[in-house]
Amino acid sequence: MATAEGHWSAGTGIGKDLAVYLCLLVLAGLQFVIARQNIDASQLLWRMLAVAIVEAGLAVMFFMHLGTEKRGFALFVVIFTVFVLLAMQYGWTDSSRMVIGAPFSK
Amino acid sequence: MSQADLTLDEHSTGLTIGPVFSIPTKKLAMWLFIIADTMTFAACLVAYGFVRNGSPDWPRPFHSITNVALMTFILLTSSLTMLLALRSARMGDKAAAFRWTMITAAAGILFAILHVREWMALISEGMTLFKNPWGTGLFGASFFTITGLHLTHVTGGIIALIVVGVRYKGGRYNADDIEILGLYWHFVDLVWMFVVPLVYLLNLAH
Repeated sequence: MATAEGHWSAGTGIGKDLAVYLCLLVLAGLQFVIARQNIDASQLLWRMLAVAIVEAGLAVMFFMHLGTEKRGFALFVVIFTVFVLLAMQYGWTDSSRMVIGAPFSK
Repeated sequence: MSQADLTLDEHSTGLTIGPVFSIPTKKLAMWLFIIADTMTFAACLVAYGFVRNGSPDWPRPFHSITNVALMTFILLTSSLTMLLALRSARMGDKAAAFRWTMITAAAGILFAILHVREWMALISEGMTLFKNPWGTGLFGASFFTITGLHLTHVTGGIIALIVVGVRYKGGRYNADDIEILGLYWHFVDLVWMFVVPLVYLLNLAH
């Protein structure tokens, strides 16, 4: 059978996958702990978002094996995705304007 | 050599002929789909954040985290079983690969059942797409849109797992197909990592 992956070998242990899985479980649990903290909503958001980004990074690098793909391809995926995700944050000031009620929002 | 090849050679100075980034075409297609789908989910979550930030009477209806914690555990575990399916497929153990693929599908079905049960509980409390008893009606619209989109992906994944698993067992698909399906399934898991804190945990009743 033709396999396209150079990084895979039959003897690869399952230990790393299990370790990443356990890390993800712990991080998911951490999100639930953070959610129960009695802190400001924005603090809550940033802390949980930070944990989610670490979780996503682990999943992409190890479960989806992006870390072992060709460097050019990995860079393309990461740079393109992160750029568009950041560009989406352009409208937050307008959201705050709705709450604050600046004159032009009425 | 065909005329098409000759024409290509004539104009291909400095260009690479072959798979883009030297990865298989089907895998590249799945990655491009994942990137596009990331934008879809991100747009939904940003729009949700936008209306949540702009609504003073945003409801916090979730009292228990048990159900969502269980759903998270099931989905994370299904990612592990998907990896085991791929590992078995790469090692040529067809029976084990099929078994792990079906276990992953079963986990997906369990997740979907818990999700629908949660929806039914919210609907029975009076929550619809346009109104709810707790605050702005935008909550129902954003909640059902985001979780519904994710549930649609899970449902599609379950169907794909069953179809690819059966075809792999029958010899029509190979380990590469299991890997490509695995990419999709891990992506569904990855999206849930953002849906849980933003849609559920941020709206826990205090």
